[in-house]
Amino acid sequence: MKFKTLLAAGAAIAFSTTMASAATLDDVKAAGKIKCGVSQGLPGFSNPDDEGNWSGLDVAFCRAMAAAVLGDSNAVEFTPLSAKVRFTALQSGEIDVLSRNTTWTATRDNSLGLEFVGVNYYDGQGFMVRKDLGVKSATELSGAAVCTNTGTTTELNVADYFRAQGMDYTVVAFEKADEVVAAYDAGRCDVYTTDRSGLAAQRVKLADPEAHVVLPEIISKEPLGPAVRHGDNQWGDIARWTLNAMINAEELGITSANVDEMKGSDNPSIKRLLGTEGSVGADLGLGADWAYNIVKQVGNYGEVYDATVGPNTPLKLDRGVNALWTQGGILYAAPVR
Amino acid sequence: MTLGSEAAPAKSSIINDPQIRAIFYQIVALIAVLWFGWSIWDNTQTNMEARGIASGFGFLESTAGFGIIQTAGLEYSEESTYGQAFLVSLINTIIIAFTGVVAATILGFIMGVARLSHNWLIQKLATAYIETFRNIPLLLQIFFWYHAVLKPLPSPRSIYERGEEIAFGINNRGAYMPDPVFGDGSNLIWIGLIVGIIATIVIDKWAVKRQMNTGEQFPVFYTGLGLIIGLPILGYLMATVFMGSSPVTFEYAVMKGFQLDGGFVIIPEFIALFIALSVYTAAFIAENVRSGIQAVSHGQTEAAHALGLRNGPTLRLIVIPQALRVIIPPLTSQYLNLTKNSSLATAIAYPDLVSVFAGTVLNQTGQAVEIIAITMAVYLSLSVGTSIFMNWYNAKMALVER
Repeated sequence: MKFKTLLAAGAAIAFSTTMASAATLDDVKAAGKIKCGVSQGLPGFSNPDDEGNWSGLDVAFCRAMAAAVLGDSNAVEFTPLSAKVRFTALQSGEIDVLSRNTTWTATRDNSLGLEFVGVNYYDGQGFMVRKDLGVKSATELSGAAVCTNTGTTTELNVADYFRAQGMDYTVVAFEKADEVVAAYDAGRCDVYTTDRSGLAAQRVKLADPEAHVVLPEIISKEPLGPAVRHGDNQWGDIARWTLNAMINAEELGITSANVDEMKGSDNPSIKRLLGTEGSVGADLGLGADWAYNIVKQVGNYGEVYDATVGPNTPLKLDRGVNALWTQGGILYAAPVR
Repeated sequence: MTLGSEAAPAKSSIINDPQIRAIFYQIVALIAVLWFGWSIWDNTQTNMEARGIASGFGFLESTAGFGIIQTAGLEYSEESTYGQAFLVSLINTIIIAFTGVVAATILGFIMGVARLSHNWLIQKLATAYIETFRNIPLLLQIFFWYHAVLKPLPSPRSIYERGEEIAFGINNRGAYMPDPVFGDGSNLIWIGLIVGIIATIVIDKWAVKRQMNTGEQFPVFYTGLGLIIGLPILGYLMATVFMGSSPVTFEYAVMKGFQLDGGFVIIPEFIALFIALSVYTAAFIAENVRSGIQAVSHGQTEAAHALGLRNGPTLRLIVIPQALRVIIPPLTSQYLNLTKNSSLATAIAYPDLVSVFAGTVLNQTGQAVEIIAITMAVYLSLSVGTSIFMNWYNAKMALVER
């Protein structure tokens, strides 16, 4: 009798504890802040300044989520993560959202317990070499030593590329991006490879940025985007529509400067986005002013792009494919309706 | 128990029987432990399934798709499996641990003895070495040596002409040596080496026995050295005569567009890690050696001198064997530390187990639970293996009481 009760109780406890808590939104609201996983310092995307304030394209996404969910773009706790540990940090619940120049791939989306919510930067992998090597094209790189990061798609792409071209290479893979740059700068490798936006960002850190050149070849598709844990659809929807709201705001011409004026607009698309009409915010489990807060506190996608990685920043990256579809790019957000 | 048979059979219920109670609580405790283990396992499994995280060991069969800079002579390419990547990284870890242990032991013994030297300069130098290197964090030392190795070395392009053959060379891509290729007839060399080693062991046994019986000594060391070096050379010469050409050829490194190709390469990451680990651990071993030597009573030395032994034999035959009994147990700990510290390799791109398997492979498969479990099991096995060997050696050296 006693045994049976004990066993039953034990089994009951065992089964009850297996229920994973899935409502990230409730946890975030209770904590009053979003835990956001970012890089360990990639200028333009996520980089801390002297006082520890984070800024960049990926950081802005987390701030936008905080503005949408909590109404305060500063209610974010940033966790710098190496490429190696980023997915484990998200899986284990150490962070709520991963916004860390991470490439969306099938394996990551399907077998790592992640849910990619969209693309905030369309990128491709490139090569950087010293100008004095006289190399004009990646096809001349046979036999070169290549520095890269462990646990990245770049490590695989470079293997694929050299194999496809029938060229030899040696790979030197470091855990932290800073170590890759330092080793490349010290002459350990002939080539530094990562996403082209990353090359532009890391080049700023080199002893003599002008002595290096980025080769024209783009050897892969690297759609970089934020990811959340698989299995919490509501939280995934909030992340997805935060990104869509930023892009739609740019398309509709809503900026942080004119968002208050725009609230009085007669355009139904603007009205639906800013919450003066419809119930999109409530459907997401957020306030009606979720998108208003994003644009007011963080800005639209174009504003963020120009301030973090655009032509007037040290990275000098043109919009290129990252322009709106109406302006020759491929940025096309689903409509808010 | 015997009392029970004398007394009248107790009428009390089995609940009050101490023996049954004891068994009952044992079973309860066992169930609790099993349930705890099972619920952890089940929780992990259920949660991973709920989040769509792959599990199981099937990933070891999948194609890795990435390159490794040092493959330790094993067949490895981008088309190899994660299982092969695991093996390569495991061998890399064993290589750095083994070479590090050997170098740290030699350097540690030298520094430990130097610390007790009567020469003021040598003693102070050894003290300065020990206090400097054991008080700086190992990771910093690894970075220091890595950049100390990389920065002053020239790039291969700056010192070699395209197409140039280099026998021995060092540049910022590594230390290059000729790679011996063993062709037909080289078996004779290996046979010579094995015969030489066996003969030396036999001679050593015989010489010890003879010394016990007659007191006559035999120069085992020089004879053994002659056999171990001489017999392979004899085999080489025989093979050359019979085959008409040398059985061993050397492959030299050739300068290609960017760097040297071919030859035997020691990568700078290995050099830096090897120096850092052995120099750091040797500082601790030196202190173990010093304490071991100081633990041997000075009377032993005086007695040896009184018997007419010179300083060298006194140290070798009297002091060191007794000091070893004190040195070996902490020495084992240092070997284990060095093995585990080798996982810091990941900081400077040396492809060890943590860097390749618990790094790249983990990141690409996302199977953290399995991979970390395997990695922990490997370090545990390596450490337990070292412990068993050192405990055996310790038992052999321990004081035999007659």
